[in-house]
Amino acid sequence: MAQMTTTPPIADAPASPSGPARVNKPRRGRRSIAASIGLHTTMIVASLIAIGPIAWVLLSSFKPGYAVQSSELTLVKDPTLANYEYVLFDTNFPIWFLNSVLVAALTMLFGIFFSATTGYALSRFNFPGRRSLMMVFLVTQMFPVAILIVPIYTIMANLGLINTLPSLVIAYLTIAVPFCAWMLKGYFDSIPNSLDEAASLDGCGPFRTFWTVILPLARPAIAVTGFYTFLTAWGEVAYASAFIQDDKKFTLAYGMRQFVPQFNPQWEYLTAAAILVTIPAGIVFLFAQKHLVSGLTAGGTKG
Amino acid sequence: MSTVTADPAPGRVGLPTKLRQSWDKNWSAWAMVMPVVLVLAILIFYPLINGFWISFTNQTEANQLAEICTKSITGGEVCKENPNAWSFVGLDNYLNVLTGKVGEFWMWTANTLVWTVVGVAFHYGLGLGLAVMINRQMRFRGLYRVLLVLPWAVPAFVSAFAWKFLFNERFGVINSMLGWIGVDPVAWFDSRWTSMFTAVVTNIWLGVPFMMVALLGGMQSISDELYEAAEIDGATPWQRFRNITLPGLRPVSMTVILLGTIWTFNMFPIIFLVTEGQPAGQTEILVTGAFRAAFEGLRNYSLASTYGVLILSILLVFSVFYRRVLRKQGEVW
Repeated sequence: MAQMTTTPPIADAPASPSGPARVNKPRRGRRSIAASIGLHTTMIVASLIAIGPIAWVLLSSFKPGYAVQSSELTLVKDPTLANYEYVLFDTNFPIWFLNSVLVAALTMLFGIFFSATTGYALSRFNFPGRRSLMMVFLVTQMFPVAILIVPIYTIMANLGLINTLPSLVIAYLTIAVPFCAWMLKGYFDSIPNSLDEAASLDGCGPFRTFWTVILPLARPAIAVTGFYTFLTAWGEVAYASAFIQDDKKFTLAYGMRQFVPQFNPQWEYLTAAAILVTIPAGIVFLFAQKHLVSGLTAGGTKG
Repeated sequence: MSTVTADPAPGRVGLPTKLRQSWDKNWSAWAMVMPVVLVLAILIFYPLINGFWISFTNQTEANQLAEICTKSITGGEVCKENPNAWSFVGLDNYLNVLTGKVGEFWMWTANTLVWTVVGVAFHYGLGLGLAVMINRQMRFRGLYRVLLVLPWAVPAFVSAFAWKFLFNERFGVINSMLGWIGVDPVAWFDSRWTSMFTAVVTNIWLGVPFMMVALLGGMQSISDELYEAAEIDGATPWQRFRNITLPGLRPVSMTVILLGTIWTFNMFPIIFLVTEGQPAGQTEILVTGAFRAAFEGLRNYSLASTYGVLILSILLVFSVFYRRVLRKQGEVW
């Protein structure tokens, strides 16, 4: 946690003209003690609401089954690691976990690559079809996944990809890439075009310029893209349940449903599994979090 | 927007030359977008066209084959024409859905509207409020920011499960806490609106971080000089918020509200896992209702497509309308 308190304040958006102005500006930001208390109280309450549900699941995951399903409210009750032991050693959880890591990592890598190239082309070249492609990206967000499943299933079956992990990677890319390309386009727009021109005078082609000049400057937006694509793949249930039939190939999101039989959910195992599932997403989040604001910014301001 | 060298006037040249010029100038751009366009065309647009067609037929899992093939004893295959093969039925599916013969289209639509409007309003309102507060200098700001954004990092199905756990009638924390203030346990999933309430709360919790982060980014791109000038002129904090922050956030707000509306409208896992439509399907929204109607039991492809086309149409009409309103107010994108 020390890491984020030492990071500089979030105003590192390249488009932001603030910077030094922020420092010598003593008047704004001074506030009465009462206002301070009000502000911090609100922040603390909001933070508690934000982490409360997860914290409660975390606490519950250390309780034995009978205590999880008791109406008596206790924070800690006969702490035990039995739930984790069961999930980790007596189920296929570790295999599902590896599958999920594989799918999410591949989605992230390809997602970043395709979103970045597409976003760059949208930002820098006025090619025929550019505006319609932007519209198409917006329209793809309107398709209900639940309804697309069957036609996509048919296509995957025709390609022989059913019951393989690549089918999931491809499907997740179609969800994540349009939004990410749009976001990255906004970010690239905020990087001055003169850099491209200078590189091109130095004899760089468009691909080299993109790779060696622009991409390194877009690190915050790339981090957000990585975060977004990873999460998309990590938490998706619908496609995973439709495409994968083999117990050994399930991803976590779908595999966990085995702990929820129709009538008697095994809540104690679910809590432990939920925590284990959230940890990797949390790690990716910690890497990306300091870029979240500045990375998403430019994308938002340009629309 | 992107700055691009102006098109050199093409002059009077034939079409092939024009095409060649266009290719020479744009090939690298096309090469960069090509993989994405191809994949989207295959996996989104082909299914869309196909689904549009299927919505005018009566195709289901049972009758989708035009021929039925049976293995004969000799090992060869004999194929006969399927007597019950699917056929073109015109607008029947749409009539069935819209008149309520199949499913509960109008109730689901009402639910979806409540779900979307309440969800997006709270996402935006809370996101804006928190962003304004966290944009100020204060102690522990970095820590607050991380904690507040944390729900974003939790996969939706885990959040759905966590909230279902909290709202559990027998051992949920929320009922226990209500007990402290002397309220009897609520059977959340037994009535339509309390059940809807649980799903909406889950969705709000899940969606505020994105709004907060996007709006925070927008705020930080507003020039500080504006605030300083306003302060010198004696503007109150409320006036500064009203006349600088809000207008400055307009472009971001317009984008995130549009995206948020589309995403919430099509949000599948929360309703599907938290309320499961309880009680008796009264809390289904369009996407979950359509999914259950079309895929539980015999898979009804034509029905699924009909719902898909209807959902897409609603969203398209909404965004065209939305853009028109924006354009009238001078916003162009």
